[in-house]
Amino acid sequence: MSFLSYLINGLSLGSVYAIIALGYTMVYGIAKMLNFAHGDVIMVGGFAIYTLMNSMGVNPIIAVLISVVICTALGMAIEKIAYKPLRKASPLAVLITAIGVSYLLQNLALLIFGSDAKLFSSVVSVPAANIGAISITGETIVTIVACIIIMIVLTLFIKKTKAGQAMLAVSEDKEAAELMGINVNATISLTFAIGSGLAAIAGALLCSAYPALTPYTGSMPGIKAFVAAVFGGIGSIPGAFVGGLLLGIIENLSKAYISSQMADAIVFSVLIIVLLVKPTGILGKKISEKV
Amino acid sequence: MKKLLGTLLSVAMVASLLVGCGSAAPADGASDGAKTFKIGGIGPLTGGAAVYGIAVKNGAQIAIDEINAAGGINGCQIEYNFQDDECDAEKSVNAYNTLKDWDMDILMGTVTSGCCVAVAAKTAEDGMFELTPSGSSVDILAGNDNVFQVCFTDPNQGIASAQYIGQSKLATKVAVIYDSSDVYSTGIYEKFAAEAPAQGLEIVATEAFTADNKTDFTTQLQKAKDAGAELVFLPFYYTEATLVLKQADTMGFDPIFFGCDGLDGILAVENFDVALAEDVMLLTPFAADATDDLTKSFVAKYAEIANGEIPNQFAADAYDAIYTIKAAAEAANVTPDMSVADMGKAITAVMPTIKVDGLTGKAMSWNAEGEVNKAPKAVVIKNGAYVSMD
Repeated sequence: MSFLSYLINGLSLGSVYAIIALGYTMVYGIAKMLNFAHGDVIMVGGFAIYTLMNSMGVNPIIAVLISVVICTALGMAIEKIAYKPLRKASPLAVLITAIGVSYLLQNLALLIFGSDAKLFSSVVSVPAANIGAISITGETIVTIVACIIIMIVLTLFIKKTKAGQAMLAVSEDKEAAELMGINVNATISLTFAIGSGLAAIAGALLCSAYPALTPYTGSMPGIKAFVAAVFGGIGSIPGAFVGGLLLGIIENLSKAYISSQMADAIVFSVLIIVLLVKPTGILGKKISEKV
Repeated sequence: MKKLLGTLLSVAMVASLLVGCGSAAPADGASDGAKTFKIGGIGPLTGGAAVYGIAVKNGAQIAIDEINAAGGINGCQIEYNFQDDECDAEKSVNAYNTLKDWDMDILMGTVTSGCCVAVAAKTAEDGMFELTPSGSSVDILAGNDNVFQVCFTDPNQGIASAQYIGQSKLATKVAVIYDSSDVYSTGIYEKFAAEAPAQGLEIVATEAFTADNKTDFTTQLQKAKDAGAELVFLPFYYTEATLVLKQADTMGFDPIFFGCDGLDGILAVENFDVALAEDVMLLTPFAADATDDLTKSFVAKYAEIANGEIPNQFAADAYDAIYTIKAAAEAANVTPDMSVADMGKAITAVMPTIKVDGLTGKAMSWNAEGEVNKAPKAVVIKNGAYVSMD
């Protein structure tokens, strides 16, 4: 019985990791860069919703939609200012820039909102589902449903639309895509726009499930979600979902049955083992690099 | 010849270094010639622990205004300068250096334990007298003769909590959730666990969390619930406690929650539903609803300078800290023109001999290590306010 409730707790946490990981993996899959500022865009989304709801009394759904717009604009701006000039630079330079952007966003939030925790009011009004003695919170249900919808829509978008096909082409070979008349810069911008929009949704759900909002709210879940994305196979959209859920469940079960203190250490050890055994992650494809 | 020249040069260089030191030292002491005592304060005015820092800043301000109005310490007025450290040890040391540049004589601070350990090492080096209102870790005192505390040390809070729970027969099956990455929380937990068996308490679950993983407590709470805990001991700060209370409420777990002074401030958290904190108990030496004249006048003055807020334990600790500094400075008969180290030495020597009646205890006394001796009190939250349990 208690095993089931630990499992459900793990699922709640995992669903939040999964929705963040979707954004990570999407940007990595197309632009081939690790956007370490992703977690902080989530935080910005959280603060946007908090401000809209608490200071201006905006309806939660509308607040989420506005925050999606804000984060999308922010994502595109970051891409334009920080990443685009480095398109030809080494991946390491871009990675370091991303870390810089991450700190910039954290410190800006620190300046504007201060570092005391704000308690976030949930944007989810779905009631908890009770199955026997087990209760699944509304936040968990909405997060999982949102993950599945996002996953399906993203997959369809990439497979069925012209812009999606262009993304696929850019991810495979930038130069060749350019020769085929694809606007590589516009495609990468679009990827960031979508990734950041997803971050806003993730922010809304993360803060609803765990309502203490600080300028550092996004950073640890962001890193864990990155682990989840690698775990599931980075670049793979279903992989991010599976990786996120598994990571949450492993974390909570190790808290429950091994040691609440060691949970993080165990999670990261699992990652190391998975990478040793299957370097591409659970659902990752093996891509043979051309030399 | 070359060798001789080299030797001469190096001798000259060393000598010039020594001269540099020699001329610097008296300048340091002499710059302190003003006829006021400069008392510095350090604590978080922004950030997750801001409630504490702001309370300390205001509480000390009230005491200083009272003392200045009544003629000051040994006939000298007090100047007061409070610096923000955001509850970050590095920033706290920077704040200390800023205050030293301002020619601080005595440090009232710092507010939180982690920062205080770092700053205490610096004041010990400089020989400055330091009195922390609320830094409760024993590491603050260890090896630092110049540092004293107004609040209980962590171990004493852990022991006092176990005694209080045992003697008031609140529960026999107890679960503990603590922050294993925090010195304050771990310190209380260890002494609590050691004292619990002696008080007839059975610890049925011991769960930890870390600074990197402090938003999801559902598993820890579930384990406490499954173990049949009647009381959950929460020796950590209020930000995490708001989440614990909310998650316990969501899962329908309703034991007695008992915390230490770290929970003080929970009612002031923005957007927090205070109904969740109903019946939460905490160990704190100050209850604002007490009816003695000292408390009443303090609460009234605090409301005046803090937009009608009710002072918490930290404000009271700071108020007592300033009066303790006054009592000790008068007993030691120090004057502002003394050097920082001489003043520190003189005050340190008299600390174990003085007794101070304050808001947080009658006849508070100190041992030479710097620990305070006063009686513990507990409060329970009813309708969004502290009510004394005695």
